[in-house]
Order: sequence, then C-alpha cells, then structure tokens
Amino acid sequence: MLLNDLLEVHGYDFTNYSRASIKRRITRLINIDKFQDFSKFKIHVRNDRYYFKRFIEEITVNVTEMFRDPLFYKTLRTQILPVLATYPLIRIWHAGCSTGEEVYSMAIILHEANLLHKSLIYATDINPGVLKKGIDGIFPLSRMKQYSENYILSGGTHDFSEYYSAKYNRAKFNEQLRTKVIFATHNLVTDHSFNEFQLILCRNVLIYFDKDLQQKVLTLFDQSLEQLGFLGLGSKETINFSSLAADYRQVNKEKIWRKIA
Amino acid sequence: MTNNCDLLVIGGSAGSLDIILNVLPDLRLDLPFPVIIVVHRKVSYDSLLANLLNAKTQLFVQEAEEKDTITAGNIYIAPADYHLLIENDHTISLDFSEKVNYSRPSIDVTFDTAADAYRSKLVCLLLSGASADGTQGLKTAKKYGGRVIVQNPNTAKSAYMPETAIAEVEVDIIVDAADIATLINSL
Repeated sequence: MLLNDLLEVHGYDFTNYSRASIKRRITRLINIDKFQDFSKFKIHVRNDRYYFKRFIEEITVNVTEMFRDPLFYKTLRTQILPVLATYPLIRIWHAGCSTGEEVYSMAIILHEANLLHKSLIYATDINPGVLKKGIDGIFPLSRMKQYSENYILSGGTHDFSEYYSAKYNRAKFNEQLRTKVIFATHNLVTDHSFNEFQLILCRNVLIYFDKDLQQKVLTLFDQSLEQLGFLGLGSKETINFSSLAADYRQVNKEKIWRKIA
Repeated sequence: MTNNCDLLVIGGSAGSLDIILNVLPDLRLDLPFPVIIVVHRKVSYDSLLANLLNAKTQLFVQEAEEKDTITAGNIYIAPADYHLLIENDHTISLDFSEKVNYSRPSIDVTFDTAADAYRSKLVCLLLSGASADGTQGLKTAKKYGGRVIVQNPNTAKSAYMPETAIAEVEVDIIVDAADIATLINSL
C-alpha cells in the first residue's frame, strides 16, 4: 500500500494517521494533479523525489489562521503569560505550526506583554515548504479583516495594521516579530524531544492521528514540558483519555493544561 | 426495507434548522440507528446548537468529538468550522482542511466518508439550502448502494440545494417537510 512505500522509501510514517482524512487528501491530490489512476500516482510518489516533496506539502493539512479561537489567545494573555513572565527566559514550542500564522499571533501577544525580548519560540512542522512561508511572514491581505477581528476578540488593543505593511495583495509582518522565532523541521511521529519548554502549543494536529499516535505524541510533549509548564491544544482536542490526564490540570474551560505532577 | 439503516446523515443549509427543530420532538425514543447532522452555520465559539437541539428531544444530542464511537440512538452535530468524517471502524474524525463548496463543515465530506464506511446501510437526507453542497455526496452514497432522501423543494425555504440534488442524483424518496419525522421513524 502507498503508506508502506512512504515509510520504507522515504522514512515518513503516515500509517497512524486517521484513515478517512488521509484517504480524502490522497484522492484530492490525485484529482488536482490529474493522475489517470492510483497506480500511476503511487509510482510517482515512490520514485520521483520532487513529486514526493509536493506530496508531503499537499497531504498534510496546512489551513490555519491568526488568533484562531480568539478566546484561547485571551486566556494565554490573561492567565498564562503572567506566569511565564516570572521566568528569566521563556521557551515555547509551537509544534505543527504550518505556515506560521499562529506563531506570529503568539509573537504579537508576547510583544504586547513586553515579554518577546526574553522569549524563544521554536516553530516546527513536518513540511519544509510551509516553514518557508512562515519565515517570510507574508500572508494574503484579504485575510487581514478577519485576523483583525480575531485579534480584537483576543483582547488586543492596538491597531492590528501596525504589525504589517501591505503591498499589492499581501501583508508582510514586521520582521521584529520573528527575531525570537526559530523555524525548523520536526516530525512528531519519528523525531524526539529536543529541549524543555514552559509552553507547548500544538493545535489541530492531533485530530489527524489515531489514538495510539496521539498517546505517543502527548508523551513526547510531556517529556518536553517543564514541571508547571503549559500545554495548549486545538478546540476539539483533549488529553483526557491519555496517560497524561492524571498529572495535568485544565486551565478554565480552554484547551490548556498545566503539568502539576 | 426496514432494518436497513445503520446510520442516518442529515445535511442542510439555509432554512434547514427550523425543519430539524420541528422534527426532533417527533422522533421515536428507541431510534435503532445513530443520526449525524451537518448544517452550515456561522462560526461560533461555543456549542449553542447542540444545547438548542438537546432541548427538543429525549434522545442524546451532542456536538461530535473526534474519535467518538457512533452509537445507535445518539444524535451527533458537526462542530462549527470542522469537517466531520466517518471512519471505517464507525468512529468520527474531525478535519480542519480547506473549505468544500465554500463550507466547513461540508455536507459532501460527511456523505462521502459515510458512504465509504456504511455502504448500503447508509441513509442520507438533504434538506433546504441555498448551496450546491451535498449533491456530490449523495452521488457517492448511491454509488455504494445507500439510500438517498431529499426534501421536497416546494416545502423548503431555500429550494436550491434540494433542487440541485434532484436534478443530478437518482433520488429514492422526495419528502415533504411535514412528513420527515414519520419517514425517519420508519427507516
């Protein structure tokens, strides 16, 4: 099967991804790239490393937005950043950051809390193509209206447009925002812990994994989180059914948990 | 044709919520199959819709969580801003991928994946709406041997969605709004 090829030939393990979702992604890609049948597609993925690069970029979901779930960011501002402010150096891992919209959102709230200068954000994704977009910090201008609304709902009080300069149909975010961000590839399925953090964000990534892989990745986060550190997930994700549940306490009703044991 | 439904998926857009609110109180409480409801709505940050629907029936209505096992007698609502997919092991997956037919959740996505998982034991019901979402998914459901029901456009606030489906899919039943509950109870 295709997923076994990916593992054997390319070292990418998609076998523990949710089946219905990955099947849809593959069918979508076969249609977009106009392959006549599945076997031709499979041969390309297996043997053409340029096409394989495209495959990775298209098969993983890279839909994201700035200040997604504004109340999540409001809780970060009001409950989490005041705690992180007590540390001399704030280390944050944004796992599965895609094109970086939420990384820039994080940098903005750190900046507004006057904490960005002593923060370090590791922004990682499996997909090198999307990280490039994150490094550039250029997003479609057409999205700014909604991002601005999200920003205000998250408790932002500045004029959102001061964070980017508009050119043609694109918005380029101030480079100052990414001076404390390190973009790097990291595969949650196969790579290990690489540091200890006080805050780990991984939003709308676990939904694509089966239960076993979710447990494995949550264990990786647990190993990478300091005592009393925080873990933030997507609005439909939870640690409740994992081995972490007993050692973590949820912050309010948001999908943020604190490591207490 | 009785006992040939293991899952009912209801899709709707503009004008469908009123229908669902009217149908729920009349559903039999020993409904022998689960129901999944996918309706287009504005993004909201809470689960008001599930609460609203829960107030209308003794059946257990919940906003779907990822990995939920689809259980007979339960009613699952697709959460705002996620696609709802059905796995072959009859669990639910959620997906934050591109919008389909300008919609997330998209009715097509749920119909398509449900057809793959439930085959001839799937029944799809498409209600009022001003979008073309759902038609493609109904085609898939038919291809896998499932049954396809569409609301009579003459009884729909927005006729476009059911009209599109009827024009393009070999629909099994066209049902008036007033008869929907009775029909579901007899599936």
